[in-house]
Amino acid sequence: MAIVYQKSKGLTDAELHYCPGCTHGIVHKLVAETLEEMGVLGQTIGVAPVGCSVFAYNYFNCDMHEAAHGRAPAVATGIKRVSDPGTIVFTYQGDGDLAAIGTAEVIHAAMRGEKFTTIFINNAIYGMTGGQMAPTTLVGQKATTAPMGRQQDHYGSPIRMSEIISTLEGCAYATRVSVHDIPNLNKAKKAIQKAFRMQQEGKGFTFVEVLACCPTNWGKTPAASIEWLKENMIPYFPLGVYKDIEGGAK
Amino acid sequence: MAKELWKGNEAIAEAAIRAGCKYFFGYPITPQNEIPEYLSLHLPQIGGCFLQAESEVAAINMIYGAAGCGKRVMTSSSSPGISLKQEGITYMCGAELPAVIVNMMRGGPGLGTIQPAQGDYYQATRGGGNGDYRHLVYAPATIQEAADYVQKAFDVADYYRNPVMILADGMIGQMMEAIEWREMPKRELPEKTWATTGTKGERKPNVINSLYIDPNLCADHNDRLAKKYAAMEENEVLFEEYNTENCEVLFVAYGTPSRIARAAIRQLEKEGIKAGLLRPITLWPFPSKALKAAADQASVKAVVDVELSMGQMIDDVKIALEGCKPVAFVGKAGGVVPTPAEVCAAAKAAIGR
Amino acid sequence: MTNEIMIAGFGGQGVMAIGKTLAEAGMKEGKDVSWLPSYGPEMRGGTANCCVVLSEEPIVSPIVLEPTELIAMNLPSLLKFEPTVAQGGTIFVNSSIITEKVQREDVRAIYVPCLEIAQELGNLKVANMVMLGAYIQAMGNLGVETIKEMLVHMFTGPKAKLVDLNIEALRRGAACVQ
Repeated sequence: MAIVYQKSKGLTDAELHYCPGCTHGIVHKLVAETLEEMGVLGQTIGVAPVGCSVFAYNYFNCDMHEAAHGRAPAVATGIKRVSDPGTIVFTYQGDGDLAAIGTAEVIHAAMRGEKFTTIFINNAIYGMTGGQMAPTTLVGQKATTAPMGRQQDHYGSPIRMSEIISTLEGCAYATRVSVHDIPNLNKAKKAIQKAFRMQQEGKGFTFVEVLACCPTNWGKTPAASIEWLKENMIPYFPLGVYKDIEGGAK
Repeated sequence: MAKELWKGNEAIAEAAIRAGCKYFFGYPITPQNEIPEYLSLHLPQIGGCFLQAESEVAAINMIYGAAGCGKRVMTSSSSPGISLKQEGITYMCGAELPAVIVNMMRGGPGLGTIQPAQGDYYQATRGGGNGDYRHLVYAPATIQEAADYVQKAFDVADYYRNPVMILADGMIGQMMEAIEWREMPKRELPEKTWATTGTKGERKPNVINSLYIDPNLCADHNDRLAKKYAAMEENEVLFEEYNTENCEVLFVAYGTPSRIARAAIRQLEKEGIKAGLLRPITLWPFPSKALKAAADQASVKAVVDVELSMGQMIDDVKIALEGCKPVAFVGKAGGVVPTPAEVCAAAKAAIGR
Repeated sequence: MTNEIMIAGFGGQGVMAIGKTLAEAGMKEGKDVSWLPSYGPEMRGGTANCCVVLSEEPIVSPIVLEPTELIAMNLPSLLKFEPTVAQGGTIFVNSSIITEKVQREDVRAIYVPCLEIAQELGNLKVANMVMLGAYIQAMGNLGVETIKEMLVHMFTGPKAKLVDLNIEALRRGAACVQ
């Protein structure tokens, strides 16, 4: 019988712990496939965050570090700066990790043009700790620490990380993608491929923001979550390429 | 070898290079700036990497990454900066990563002062971060010792897969003394099979991690760490005894105060009082047995603890003595160093003279 | 024999350098030495001082509380440290900018017009070497040849011409000591 689909060798056999309708699994798969296709799994070191993807070190089939909350870009800097040439390094971080407690670390890694790739999962909520407000939570969106919804006069408006990162000279590539349907998923895969290729070519810091669903903490079904992402997140967090030193930015 | 005049901070930096450390991540703070300054010039010359991080928090996490790759790596800071590094230190103890961390202590609490102090003793010996962990703490009292123990620290860190701290007061960092560069005895070190160097497709992935979500596994992990710490307590205690035989007053002091205590011993001798000094070189593990033995001598009337703090090591002194002799304290915090005269007066008061 | 030396002045007067030169020369002559600077904001142009200990025995404490010699390069330093000098000690005064005299009678005072001499030599930067020359002449605890060797080692290539200038500065300083 012909094999029509096979799980990427970039993933281990560990069972994913993610909730139904969560898009972490999809993004894991895209990263794993990319590393496998590039033939670099044996020379890749990944850094897992604190948050829902904390166990990413069990899922990616390459050497991994588990970092303290928000510090993945600092850990990745240490790794990349001391490792053999050709080593591929990536961080995989959520919005609480990257855009709140770890803002300084990611900004400065980008400023220095650290030659690693950051995959940034933006689902507008803290997942692991139980649905608290994130810096990316939309105005009016309910969270367990914003029971009446995020109030702009109290918390300001959500932070747009791709736009911020794109202003830094050290950043070679910054893009925002989504995985809520197949065309977008394919675009996301291409973005991830490009980011890792540009890292391999030593072009600078590469950043892929992926809009993601959190049905559990949004209190929605997986299908309704996709609709909510399309109707609410994409208008505030527009998809597109914000920086591309190869000339692909809009 | 001929003696050379070295400033403490620069000697520490050079000692790291001589120990095979090619990587340093740090952040400026007085009074340790000569360490990063020296390494920013010299590490690139040997094909290494110096990086000034955006914060102490970032620097210690860069150390975490580099150490996880199996490389010899160092960071340095001073008291407030070391407070920020505590997060990384507990993670490194949890993930069992070797590295050398230098704390050139200044006065606290808070921003305090930039002058020499020893107010970080509790933080260094009790684990300033969360969880049950320990790391070796070397306390040099001379520039020669600073150079020697930095070199030794890298071996000890690799041997135990654990960070090692060099704890000195700002005076040790700033002063110059004549030193000799000497090779420290080498240890048989285990291969770093755990390091993340890329699987090359030849082994299962290595994971650098301090998370054990299953409480039973986390308990096992803690048991394993405790055994390692017990081995350090058994094998790594270092101290120096000076003039302790049949002494009437027994001083306990480390770092700069141990030098003040020696000056006081000379002064007391002129006044017909025999005083001695037990100087811990490792603060953790603490030389409890040696201290108890010295204090148990019939001649000892009192033990006098001298610190640049309001009294922190004194707790370890009291634990070690088990109440066998009275303990007096003389010390100052906030960057002021007690004079030999003040130390003499405290000693005389302790023995009723 | 132990010399406990306090050297103090404004930042930029070469106070730290006098101390380092004394410590290094002492080391080269087989003495135990220590050099301890004040540090912090004063490094940036305020008053600066350093303590140097030169001893035939192992040095216990590098902190100088009762200096056997004080080198005062400015007035605040003289006012601050004169009372601390040990009985029978020596105070070296940079008389170019300190017009006051040493008040104590139980110490020896030596006045050295460092700046005028440096000006005559055509380079104000050697003012501290003038003072060093006076110190060595008065104390006799270090060989001037040791310092000369250090200068030869320090100034090489295009800077080699500074060796003779510095040696002349030492000599002129020494001549101030009767």
